[in-house]
Amino acid sequence: MEIHRFEKVWLALSLVLIVAFVGTITYGTINEGIQMVDASGGTVNPDDLPAAFDDPGVEKVGPGEYEVYVVANRFAFNPGTANPIRVPVGSTVTFYVTSGDVVHGFNLAGTNLNTMVIPGQVAELTTQFDERGTYGIVCHEYCGSGHHRMEGTLQVVPRSQFNATEGTA
Amino acid sequence: MSTPPADDAETDAAPGTGTGTGTGGATSVDAENRLAFLERYPGVAQLVRAFFLVAFGALGVGGLFGLVQALHRTGVYRGLISSGDYYTVLTGHGVLLALVFTTFFIAGLFFWAVTRSLERRPYSMRLAWTAFWLMLLGTVMAAVTILAGFVPAWGISADVLFTFYPPLQANPLFYVGAALLIVGSWLAGANYFLSYREWRRDNPGERIPLQTFMVLTTMLMWYLSSIGVAVEVVVFLIPWSLGIFPEVDSLTMRTLFWYFGHPVVYFWLLPAYVVWYTIMPKLAGGRLFSDPLARVVFVLFLLLSTPTGFHHQYLDPGIPEGFKFIAMTNTMMLLLPSLLTAFTVVASIEHGARQRGGSGRLGWLTSLPWDRPAFSGCALAGLMFAAGGFSGMINAGMNINYLIHNTLWVPGHFHLTVGTAFALTVMAVSYWLVPQITGKELRHRTLAAVQPFLWFIGMVLMSNAMHRAGLAGVPRRTAEPEFNVASANFDTVVGSYGEMRLQIAVGGVLLFVSLALFLYVMATTWLARRGERLSVNGHIPEPLSGAENGPRVLDNLKLWFAIAVVLVALAYTLPLVEMFSNGVFWPGSSPIPV
Repeated sequence: MEIHRFEKVWLALSLVLIVAFVGTITYGTINEGIQMVDASGGTVNPDDLPAAFDDPGVEKVGPGEYEVYVVANRFAFNPGTANPIRVPVGSTVTFYVTSGDVVHGFNLAGTNLNTMVIPGQVAELTTQFDERGTYGIVCHEYCGSGHHRMEGTLQVVPRSQFNATEGTA
Repeated sequence: MSTPPADDAETDAAPGTGTGTGTGGATSVDAENRLAFLERYPGVAQLVRAFFLVAFGALGVGGLFGLVQALHRTGVYRGLISSGDYYTVLTGHGVLLALVFTTFFIAGLFFWAVTRSLERRPYSMRLAWTAFWLMLLGTVMAAVTILAGFVPAWGISADVLFTFYPPLQANPLFYVGAALLIVGSWLAGANYFLSYREWRRDNPGERIPLQTFMVLTTMLMWYLSSIGVAVEVVVFLIPWSLGIFPEVDSLTMRTLFWYFGHPVVYFWLLPAYVVWYTIMPKLAGGRLFSDPLARVVFVLFLLLSTPTGFHHQYLDPGIPEGFKFIAMTNTMMLLLPSLLTAFTVVASIEHGARQRGGSGRLGWLTSLPWDRPAFSGCALAGLMFAAGGFSGMINAGMNINYLIHNTLWVPGHFHLTVGTAFALTVMAVSYWLVPQITGKELRHRTLAAVQPFLWFIGMVLMSNAMHRAGLAGVPRRTAEPEFNVASANFDTVVGSYGEMRLQIAVGGVLLFVSLALFLYVMATTWLARRGERLSVNGHIPEPLSGAENGPRVLDNLKLWFAIAVVLVALAYTLPLVEMFSNGVFWPGSSPIPV
């Protein structure tokens, strides 16, 4: 097949571009440790959630390390909506998020802490909070006629203001 | 081939406005009329008109819903609907535009393309009309359940958006309607293949005509991919909505949906490519640069379109990272056929411009027929598709996707692709094709000439603001995106939130005005009396490098389809086995009727 000289150059550049794109993401995964949401959170029965989700909230699991269990139900995050999720600054936090009814989303607005919340699946995300501040939590998947009211907040507070034993649930 | 007119160059110009090489004159008028598609295939023209009529109807209603949404979600005007009804409007917008408008127009366009390029009537007109009526029945059923959402007293609703993720549950008729629409499109496709088989019997050893080749590869991709949504709807959701199955697994349903949900975007895009490759070069006054490379592009889409669906599920828990990575590399490889298309289409247009007397490194751009909407619409659609392609690369990037997933960035992206690359190409080619299937000359040429530019400006305003709002974290699919909690806010990177809302609203209004102009021109053309001349003809000049310059293996559709099936099996077998390992319905959740 006859291919024009310019087109051969274009073809080569296109392939370089594609390899470069895949390369940057491979680099991000291997060198920067950027993790995807995957199957590590396991599955649950959405109609009968396990004990960890009975009284969801913030738990200290090690020095500077916390776990946050969150249940999304139409149209609130628990914790998050009625009470803000509160974590101390400088901590490493692992979120376990699941749904008690339909598909929801869980996104700290403007950040890449973002996951789908699917009934039957537990989303596991780990992140580090280095600065104080308040984030809005958005449910970003349509979940019914009150979807637009489903939101919450997460506060990163000074260590002195954080009550480790009680959490915030 | 049919006898071409004396001149390959475009003769679309209205009397007196022709530039450069148009032939004009009485003799070509006769040639044009003799070649009118309507005169040669009146029955097929009627069929194509029926498909287009439904497509344009869906486009009008869906577009009106889009205007309501743009005003409501930006907060510019919320008096038309309640925020609860917003999701009824949104479901209607998505289903009518992404599923109905697209599928009907494509079916009509493909009947025209196969008939024109094989130079014979379709295998069976009865089968063709059966496909049409099935699709229409499905559309009416789905539309009624959606619109019933405005009347709570009826107790019927399908406010599940066009992705209908369970366990949100719509009325059973919604799912039955969706299934009929898909099955109807399969029947239409069967006709293209049967017509091709007949043609092959009469023309052994010949290369498949380019347009038919494009239609067949697109349909093979469509069969392979739409089987996912067909299984989801027919095997699972219809019995589930009737109460036969108590539960379905939400993740499995999402996986089946996206198995179909990404390739469907190529089912929209490839018909636009058919127009850009085979019609636009002629509209520009030239010829297609290379027929073999066009075939390579369509083969690549057939191979790679389907094993990509997991890139819509990068954020889904329950799917191991490796499967997401494989989907990403396949998706990135799909850049190749689109980049090749950019080269070939631009080269073909440049050739056309130089035939029209254009010169200079970029000066030839000014010699293109920008005053003719059929050309300008296709060209502007292609330009916007380039921008949409780049934002699509961000979507496809597994890690950066986390910043924009389900934000307003995503509809910002696909309003450039299906909302412009496809929709504006449809409007543009209609200015050229509708006269040929109605036998009526295009009316209101000035309005028609303005319309694509108005669409372009409206989309620039709306889409850039949607992309930037998405970067700030503003979600999609919500009636009221603003936070109600005072402590939370969206931090914008460039510009202000208020400015973005205004651009989205103004852009939405301009898009609706542009759409109204298009429909007005179409309606007045369609309802006009048949005249003496059409000013357009369906002759398509031979490519600069013809099919004979490409290897014959390109036409081996069975081979390409077999490889496509293997690639799909590689990408999907393990994930599905894993999901089904604890039972097909585990972890199931009870339905939540909307």
